Amino acid sequence: MSVLIFAELDEGKLRKSSQEAIYYGAKVAEQLGTSATAIVIGQADDSELATAGRFGATKVLHAADSKLNEPNGMAYATVVAAAAQQEGTKVIVLAKSSLADAMAARLVGKLRAGLAANVVELPDLSNGFRVKRSIYTGKAFAYTDLTADVKILAIKKNTLAVEEKDATASVETFSPALNDGDFGIAVKSTDKATGDVLLPEADLVVSAGRGLKGPENWGIVEDLAKALHAATACSKPVSDLDWRPHSEHVGQTGLKISPNLYIACGISGAIQHLAGVNSSKVIVVINKDPEAPFFKSADYGIVGDVFDVLPRLTKAVQAL
Amino acid sequence: MVIRRCEPGQTFRTPGSHRLITIDHARPTLQQPQIDNTMKILVCVTSVPDTTTKITFTDNNTKFNKAGVQFITGPYDDYALARAIELKEKLGGTVTVLNVGEADTEPVIRKCLAIGADDAIRVNADPTDAFFVAEQIAAIAKENSYDLILMGRESIDYNGGQVHGIVGELLGMPSISPVMQLDINGDTAQITREIEGGKESLEARLPLVLGCQEPIAEWKIPNMRGIMTARTKPLKVIEPTSKDTLTNVASYELPAPRGNVKMIPADQAETLIQLLRTEAKVI
Ligand SMILES: Cc1cc2nc3c(=O)[nH]c(=O)nc-3n(C[C@H](O)[C@H](O)[C@H](O)COP(=O)(O)OP(=O)(O)OC[C@H]3O[C@@H](n4cnc5c(N)ncnc54)[C@H](O)[C@@H]3O)c2cc1C
Repeated sequence: MSVLIFAELDEGKLRKSSQEAIYYGAKVAEQLGTSATAIVIGQADDSELATAGRFGATKVLHAADSKLNEPNGMAYATVVAAAAQQEGTKVIVLAKSSLADAMAARLVGKLRAGLAANVVELPDLSNGFRVKRSIYTGKAFAYTDLTADVKILAIKKNTLAVEEKDATASVETFSPALNDGDFGIAVKSTDKATGDVLLPEADLVVSAGRGLKGPENWGIVEDLAKALHAATACSKPVSDLDWRPHSEHVGQTGLKISPNLYIACGISGAIQHLAGVNSSKVIVVINKDPEAPFFKSADYGIVGDVFDVLPRLTKAVQAL
Repeated sequence: MVIRRCEPGQTFRTPGSHRLITIDHARPTLQQPQIDNTMKILVCVTSVPDTTTKITFTDNNTKFNKAGVQFITGPYDDYALARAIELKEKLGGTVTVLNVGEADTEPVIRKCLAIGADDAIRVNADPTDAFFVAEQIAAIAKENSYDLILMGRESIDYNGGQVHGIVGELLGMPSISPVMQLDINGDTAQITREIEGGKESLEARLPLVLGCQEPIAEWKIPNMRGIMTARTKPLKVIEPTSKDTLTNVASYELPAPRGNVKMIPADQAETLIQLLRTEAKVI
């Protein structure tokens, strides 16, 4: 009956977003009077896996078949479905990501499970199983009843404030039968920024728009991001113009993020841009135009030139 | 390869292959079937409120307020459609548009036809949840053996991002999302998929189900000729095959408005950092 959490690895470490998912899953387990089990796929040390206990999991199922070393949504869904069956799971929790989303969708088909994406609160179990999820790209919420036997909750970042405790999870090897049909997609190469803070997981984000004038000016954005240990993001025209990689594009047609702090530099604040960032806890807008619409959606604003303001902010952070 | 007899104009697929065999219309007496390497592409589109829409609800927050709302093709679906049409132009073949929706989605479907899709299917039903929509798509795909089933990575109303994966699972086909580049070489697809902080290059055999996003293609705008021809292109309306749903929306809510913005004079920009630390407590 335990709540099952799909927890992802990044270079052998539990992802921050997965730690949040484990914490959330453990809270749901408490509500249901059961325990939380994490399923982790790929190579990792037992000592790292045991840290899932700090976030509330009592057990980790570790699937480490070398065929699973490459992230693979279909094969991972087969593994998670097997884990759900072994554990008699009715509730599966995961943090939204490119891999988890692909995995979860296949799982819906396999288990005929009801999936709610972008869940922002713990479920309400007082009358069935009701979740609050963000819809219309952050412009509204829907209270949704999950009516299927198995329920999948894909949570948004910053859904709960994580409190760690001093505990370790037991680690069990999990070796379900794999399905050859799941390995039809060949990964030819991967091109990924390493060492940087991953944008979807970042607590702090410095983002810039067309106001920066050209890619050669991104140094001042990166300097502030570095000083804050923040990730960098950008508006759509900036990635369309190839000034920045597409993976940094936030908004209606890009990533939807919900960090603690979003600093928008030289971004006008079009409704499509806001859609991707409006669930950030605190929004700072720096724009030389006092009429820029973004100021209406900001917590703090500076009317000023980014080329003057950003270096000064960086210095102020470094002086902390 | 097995050669089957078939009627002129009839299309079929050989067992174990996704290749099309077509009998030439122009020479109805000819019995020799021709191997046609052209692609058969299905593009699934949503009809969603324009991205600038101010979302509101009626009936005690239980219904979306459609009054004054302009509906558009889902922006991600629009990318999928644009790439499908480019592939058709390059490789030959057909593009069929599929929408699960009530009659009021037809302007969106006609626009897809005006952009260059050949024909369309509308499953006459309110698209109540992802599983329901996926079952309709899978049922149609089972009858038609498409080489590619394309759609947006997610709809911009419910942002579930699951339909492609469910369809893939129901059809026993690989599914990949979000796809930002797609090229076809024979029966193999070269794909770039976005991942956190970067991208990966993938290769897979057709048939495939793909959830698409930019920059897979540029959005296309219909021209006058397209709009004229769209009026007479076939749009088939069919009833749903199943009614299963796994989720059900009870009510809606709008987010609480943000408090007032605190403005900081540019010449005191440094105080922002203090405020973020001591007041907002985020750094
Ligand atoms: C269907 C659809 C989907 C879309 N999806 C997205 C999306 O996902 N994400 C997205 O971002 N956009 C999206 N857009 C585009 C969106 O409408 C805007 O065009 C875009 O967000 C504008 O980007 P920007 O703010 O960088 O540029 P601009 O609107 O050009 O704004 C630049 C800003 O910089 C300021 N500025 C200039 N110089 C300086 C300076 N020296 N110092 C300080 N400020 C300066 C200007 O005052 C201005 O406000 C979408 C549009 C459509 C139609």
